[in-house]
Amino acid sequence: MPLIDLANPTRFLALAERALPWLIGATAIAFAVGLQQTHGAPDDYQQGATVKIMFIHVPSAWLGMFGWGLMSVAALGTLVWRHPLADVAAKAAAPIGAAFTFLCLVTGSLWGRPMWGTYWVWDARLTSELVLLLIYLGVIALWRTVEDPSRASRAVAVLTLVGAINLPIIKFSVDWWNTLHQPASVFRVGGSTIDRSILIPLFAMAIAFTLLFVTLHIAAMRNEILRRRIRTLMLMQAQAAPGSAS
Amino acid sequence: MNLGPHADFIVAAYAVAVLVVALLIGWVVLDHRTQQRRLAQLEASGVTRRSDRTVERTA
Repeated sequence: MPLIDLANPTRFLALAERALPWLIGATAIAFAVGLQQTHGAPDDYQQGATVKIMFIHVPSAWLGMFGWGLMSVAALGTLVWRHPLADVAAKAAAPIGAAFTFLCLVTGSLWGRPMWGTYWVWDARLTSELVLLLIYLGVIALWRTVEDPSRASRAVAVLTLVGAINLPIIKFSVDWWNTLHQPASVFRVGGSTIDRSILIPLFAMAIAFTLLFVTLHIAAMRNEILRRRIRTLMLMQAQAAPGSAS
Repeated sequence: MNLGPHADFIVAAYAVAVLVVALLIGWVVLDHRTQQRRLAQLEASGVTRRSDRTVERTA
């Protein structure tokens, strides 16, 4: 199927109905493998068993940023190409991205208390991650404020592209400023500093959480398409009602 | 499995993760049911999209 065909919401719904059962199955298998790997992972020589928090914390952080990156691409799709599914994709991704960002902050806090001696510190990495959660909530609020989805989508797209400035700030905050948070240790020049025995479970959980994100996103897009159909039908019903202006 | 002296923090982190994932799944499933029910009610009351009417005519 050509990619352009997915621009049709009806075709997208048909594809989603076919893909979702497979994605749900793949996600369940990936989590079974990931949790088995997590269970078998050795303790860190410095951090002990608290390293197991990393298997949730790091994928959540990646997916919180991935969600905003996806929304930024969708924002371009809305503003530049006026793709009919772009703002549907952006709206569906926002609550999922916000949930993963929230999970990143909470699990980071629970990891920080035993390792750093504090749940929270206003350093660059933690603060920029909190800003990401706040702009996610701002975008969700904006979607709810403007009733007409096509008008809301343009305002949200501009806010999303402005918010994308925060992504490199999050990524490089540990290099640009002196922070309590450790520097990049997975994707870095010179290779990962994490031992394979911990890196493999981390990637297994990252794959599982990514599949979960994709599955939830497609399901949420399907719901949003249905919601817009209902809105259109209700407008048609109101126009057809006796005594309406048309 | 021995989680050491910081077991409470590890268990709490995994519990929050399970809760957040369950809420996300619940939100998507319940929202889908709600939209399907509302769509079925509207279609039952005779309101259909133009494209659906075209499909019915050509069928």
